[in-house]
Amino acid sequence: MPELLNPQEKLTPDTFLRGLWQENPVFVMLLGMCPVLAVTSTTLNAIAMGLATTFVLVCSSLLISLLRNWIPKQVRIASYIVIIATFVTIVDYAIQAISLELYAALGAFIQLIVVNCVILGRAEAYASKQRLHTTLVNSLGMGVGFTLALLALGTVREVLGNGTLLGIPLFGPDFQPWLVMILPPGGFFVLGVWLLLFNWLRQSKVRRAAQFSGAPVDAR
Amino acid sequence: MTTEVQIQPRAATTPAWAMLRTLGGIALISGLLVALVYQFTLPIIAENQRVLTEKAVFRVLPGAVGKRDFVITPEGGLAPAEAGASGDLIYGAYDAEGRLLGLAITGSGPGYAGPVKVMFAYDPSCDCITGSKVLQSNETPGFGDKLDFDPDFLKNFEALDARLDAAGTALANAIVTVKHGTKSEPWQIDAITGATISSKAMGRAANSAAQRAVPAIERDLAVLTSPPSP
Repeated sequence: MPELLNPQEKLTPDTFLRGLWQENPVFVMLLGMCPVLAVTSTTLNAIAMGLATTFVLVCSSLLISLLRNWIPKQVRIASYIVIIATFVTIVDYAIQAISLELYAALGAFIQLIVVNCVILGRAEAYASKQRLHTTLVNSLGMGVGFTLALLALGTVREVLGNGTLLGIPLFGPDFQPWLVMILPPGGFFVLGVWLLLFNWLRQSKVRRAAQFSGAPVDAR
Repeated sequence: MTTEVQIQPRAATTPAWAMLRTLGGIALISGLLVALVYQFTLPIIAENQRVLTEKAVFRVLPGAVGKRDFVITPEGGLAPAEAGASGDLIYGAYDAEGRLLGLAITGSGPGYAGPVKVMFAYDPSCDCITGSKVLQSNETPGFGDKLDFDPDFLKNFEALDARLDAAGTALANAIVTVKHGTKSEPWQIDAITGATISSKAMGRAANSAAQRAVPAIERDLAVLTSPPSP
């Protein structure tokens, strides 16, 4: 990972964009699969979950970055968990205040943000070593990347499994919804297809780069 | 011997008070933040809860414009739900002139994937259940969620018999779900084909709601129809 090689990263567009593509938490790092599969049965749930996770990610990363010189190595994980849990509790109350129906739809997965590896991973690998402004930009990028990935799943699953997008019917009354798509197996199907697409794109990029430089193709 | 050697320099670099200071400080900030947010959102969440219940009550009892809450007292009667009153809640729904339209009662039954919580409308003039709305369920989409939408199934709740027995303490006939197409009595619920377990959960919910609330309602009908005390 680049941030390990560069102890104090300079702020570049890449700081933000890494989370979207190169190190996308869902499609590349395969972190946080539990909410990715569980709450993406509708677009709205996916957006809400993505935003909630982004909020927790950004706030906890900022606080950890702020306190990074103050947290002894031995108690760092405990400190991170308490900080993350605080923001998860805040999000939990906030969603209840915004809409109880949304809260019921997301179920236990709001509280489970606390064990989302994307957040703890950012805290350990980035926020605890980097300055405040790069941490803000980087964690925001990761959050947006996570939200987009949830949206990619949620949209496909809602359109195929329910025939609607954000609750608006798309195909008219004769459409027979492809129910399995909003059931748990559908989550795995759609995730699998997206992963296939992403890896194919990445590999064809690698192959093109290899053709230009004349180096042998990395057959990963 | 070697372990001692390893522990000593580490203890020297990070004294215990530094860890205590950090964890204590973080816990303090955390507690403060959570308490602040809790205090701020508490009234908003309570208001959301009230609106959600009211919406459900007005949906099972169309035409209602007012709602009053009552609790079932330990003696088996009804009392207005005020601060300090405890017990199962039932909701009285009133029209614009303040006449009692019906009551919303809640019950739950075990479904295919966890409990199914349902709100029913009870009409004291016909001693029957006249409407239903699922409040909470994890039933399979496409099968179990028909409970709220299947027109044939909803016909069961147009006039589901919930008469009391002679003693007035329980239903004369327990509400049961029967196999699709075999409904023969007014207290039976015709199941949805392919969603028998969810339909049974609905029947159990109706039975539990009615068994608990109807005796109290019939005993204290006067409390429900009298105007609210100022």
